[in-house]
Amino acid sequence: MTTDAHSTSNYIKIFWLLLALTVIEVAIVYMGLPKMLLASLLVIFAVWKAALVAMHFMHLKFEKKTLSIIAIAPFVLCVWLILMLMPDIFPH
Amino acid sequence: MSDAVAVHGGAEANDTPLTPENWGKLGMWLFLAGDAMSFGCLIVGYGILRHASNKWPVPAQVLGINLTAFMTFLLIVSSVWMVLSLAAIQDGDKARFKKFLGLTILGGAMFLGCQAYEWTHLLEHRLPELNIFFSTDLFATTFFILTGFHGLHVTGGVIYNTCVLLAVNRGRYGAKHVEIAGLYWHFVDLVWILIFTFVYLL
Repeated sequence: MTTDAHSTSNYIKIFWLLLALTVIEVAIVYMGLPKMLLASLLVIFAVWKAALVAMHFMHLKFEKKTLSIIAIAPFVLCVWLILMLMPDIFPH
Repeated sequence: MSDAVAVHGGAEANDTPLTPENWGKLGMWLFLAGDAMSFGCLIVGYGILRHASNKWPVPAQVLGINLTAFMTFLLIVSSVWMVLSLAAIQDGDKARFKKFLGLTILGGAMFLGCQAYEWTHLLEHRLPELNIFFSTDLFATTFFILTGFHGLHVTGGVIYNTCVLLAVNRGRYGAKHVEIAGLYWHFVDLVWILIFTFVYLL
């Protein structure tokens, strides 16, 4: 029965959460916060929203682990890409 | 109830996505992982070019974020309609399914309309006013490549969802196919969330 619990009501809850996070994102851009603080907050909100979509709408939370490993692979590769490009980003 | 128990028991006994009934979903996830890498490379490349440039305009001031915030809203709503249409077809309610998938397609089409308006406005008015030219400016080039690549994905998604709607209507597709199409559509939404933050807000 637990699989039925995440049907309609939960989706609406996730929708309101996503909407609220988007409104907060836009609001803090208009607030004119210090650059580093603004950037960190925006990245946290973006990753949070992306995770909500993947976990709930794409059902990763309720899926087999193999699919989560496939989903995480590109993020690991992107971090690796950034690390490998570090010498170009910060040349001596 | 007995059905649910049987399905649940089967899933536990066979905890792998490599069973034939899951091949479609597995295939879509593998495709999305590759596609995420394409977007990842573009976003990382964008970040490096921006970091290396000595002058880069504040995106929110050039692009304006009110329309884009509305576009983000459209994609999020259309993602919700997609999950509701999947829930409907899983319940066997075809009329409700058609309504929600139709709304999903409409949301995607409206997003494309907004983007077409935004691009036209930027290319014909906003960018020339600021002396920013598509052909010579990294800010404009990276912007159009990222949003264009994503816009093509939305176009593909609208066509894909329309095909799914027609195929379900003719009785050829079922809940399984809708779930796979949903994965693609949510991925497009997820990527837009990242692009909205990195290209427009940051």
